Amino acid sequence: MNSQSDAVPEFPVDAQRIAPAALAATRPMYWSIRRELWENRSIYIAPLVVAGLYLFGFFISLFWVPRSVRGMAGNHSMAPIVVLAMPYSHADMLLTLIAFLVGIFFSLDALHGERRDRSILFWKSLPVSDLTTVLSKASIPLVVLPLFTFAVTVTVQLIMLLLNASVLVVSRASTATQWAPPLFEMELVSLYCMAVLVLWHAPIYCWFLLVSGWARRATLLWAVLPLVAISAVEYIAFRTSYLASLLHARLLGFVSAAFDLKDKSGVPIDPHFIPLAQLAPGRFLSSPSLWLGLVFAALCLAAAVRLRRYQGPV
Amino acid sequence: MTVQARPVIEARGLRKAFGATIALDGIDLRVEEGRILGLIGPNGAGKSTALNAILGLTAYQGELKVLGRNPWTDRDQLMRDVCFIADVAVLPRWIRVAQALEYVAGVHPRFDRAEAESFLAKTDIPRNSKVSELSKGMVTQLHLALVMAIDAKLLVLDEPTLGLDILYRKQFYDSLLNDYFDRNRTIVVTTHQVEDVQHVLTDLMFINHGRIALDCSMEEFESRYVEVTVRPERIASARALKPIHERHALGRSIMLFDLRFDLKLDGVADQKLDRQQLSALGDVHTPGIADLFVAVMGKDAGRAQGGVK
Repeated sequence: MNSQSDAVPEFPVDAQRIAPAALAATRPMYWSIRRELWENRSIYIAPLVVAGLYLFGFFISLFWVPRSVRGMAGNHSMAPIVVLAMPYSHADMLLTLIAFLVGIFFSLDALHGERRDRSILFWKSLPVSDLTTVLSKASIPLVVLPLFTFAVTVTVQLIMLLLNASVLVVSRASTATQWAPPLFEMELVSLYCMAVLVLWHAPIYCWFLLVSGWARRATLLWAVLPLVAISAVEYIAFRTSYLASLLHARLLGFVSAAFDLKDKSGVPIDPHFIPLAQLAPGRFLSSPSLWLGLVFAALCLAAAVRLRRYQGPV
Repeated sequence: MTVQARPVIEARGLRKAFGATIALDGIDLRVEEGRILGLIGPNGAGKSTALNAILGLTAYQGELKVLGRNPWTDRDQLMRDVCFIADVAVLPRWIRVAQALEYVAGVHPRFDRAEAESFLAKTDIPRNSKVSELSKGMVTQLHLALVMAIDAKLLVLDEPTLGLDILYRKQFYDSLLNDYFDRNRTIVVTTHQVEDVQHVLTDLMFINHGRIALDCSMEEFESRYVEVTVRPERIASARALKPIHERHALGRSIMLFDLRFDLKLDGVADQKLDRQQLSALGDVHTPGIADLFVAVMGKDAGRAQGGVK
């Protein structure tokens, strides 16, 4: 980084010449993403509102925490670190779930809304390619929402830590014993989890995007019902449930694919606090399900780009 | 043949079918730089299909080049030089005026934001309101402000003034002519409100059942077609000169003549029709596009056209 920023003043002319060209190529992408944020304010409002509510609830609960921690300390069914980590990881899980829901509903409407309100004719009157448009829409659930949610999660957890500390100070409780979870380690795991989720769920978002560009109405039904129907037919005809288990694995299979949920001695790990040592990035990245899913996601996006060229108002 | 201006749009055998319905039946089209072409036709005649093909919004058969590009495969590149206003309702309702300016400035390399701002300053459009809060006329003004600030070579207008009152319509075409149009630009417009554009156009094209029924410049139109309000005592002799259309208004007979029509071939007279001959029959004037439209398209087309008197 340093060598790069040092190099810039030495070749100011070159740097200036290159910058606008690079800028010109990414400009339509940048503005297309901005316009998605203008149109779909739930992308940032929903996580913020949930974060605010959670913090409020946590603040109220704080007046009970010192007592409950003490009570739990004697309870050997749960490690103290898990008890400490629990409210922090609940915040993380809740915000991740919200991001997933917002991402799903965004994807279902992304290429349908512009056809429904005829604004596709306006967007198509500008020099923005179908590829840029589809990629900018896909980047909302695949890049923008996860990164924003991660930032909100970290902020929420830091505020929780501060609130926790101040309550301890005010109540003159002892801070000698451990009162906070290893937050830095938790954030690293959370970041890993976010990346895992994006890669694992990418085919879901991209499939929904494709359906939103194709269906004339009722995008949710078109996205979900055929899968349910095929599963049902499969079960009735063959008494098997391959598709159903495939769908289930696509939704939740990332847990077993990306984490070791048992420690060396075979004891199950509590998902509220997963130590760094239990991450299994090698296994995750070599899992065929991941790559098949990503190929499917790429095919859906390619089809959505192609389809948008043909689509007009519905 | 003299050297012709560069064609902005060139189509050969342009064809488009929706199932069994043929929207465009192999039309040839050539629009040169600096022209304002009016595409007039009844609903379902194929006007919008032709425009959509030109704008890369619909696939087609046949050859079509717009500014030397294939619109279907190069739409995003083409849109650097082409603007279009589809009709009044395509600006997204959620967008704010300032956001629309910001977005177009962001994605369009030829958009001059200051120009759009100065055009908007002449209107009553509040900068912070959403499109959904503006009146229909204001939305059109906003769209026009966005489009006029783009240094485009071709502007395509598909029913741009639909649903607007006469004041906004007049303002719209005035702005277009005074603030936008110059000899390096080309405009293609479709509208049912033909009387609004009669003095705006340089070229006229009638389209019906997916075919071109008439293609002429406005100079040609004015020198070729003559309308005569025939004095009652001259009706029989006027009819002998084979008007292409006759209608009645306020008890007077109004006949439309095509001066190109060769009477010699019909054996009616030994000379071509001319204005002088017609002025002996009654008051001579240039017909309205709508009247010629009715004459050329027949009565069925006239009913479908709605706007025709």
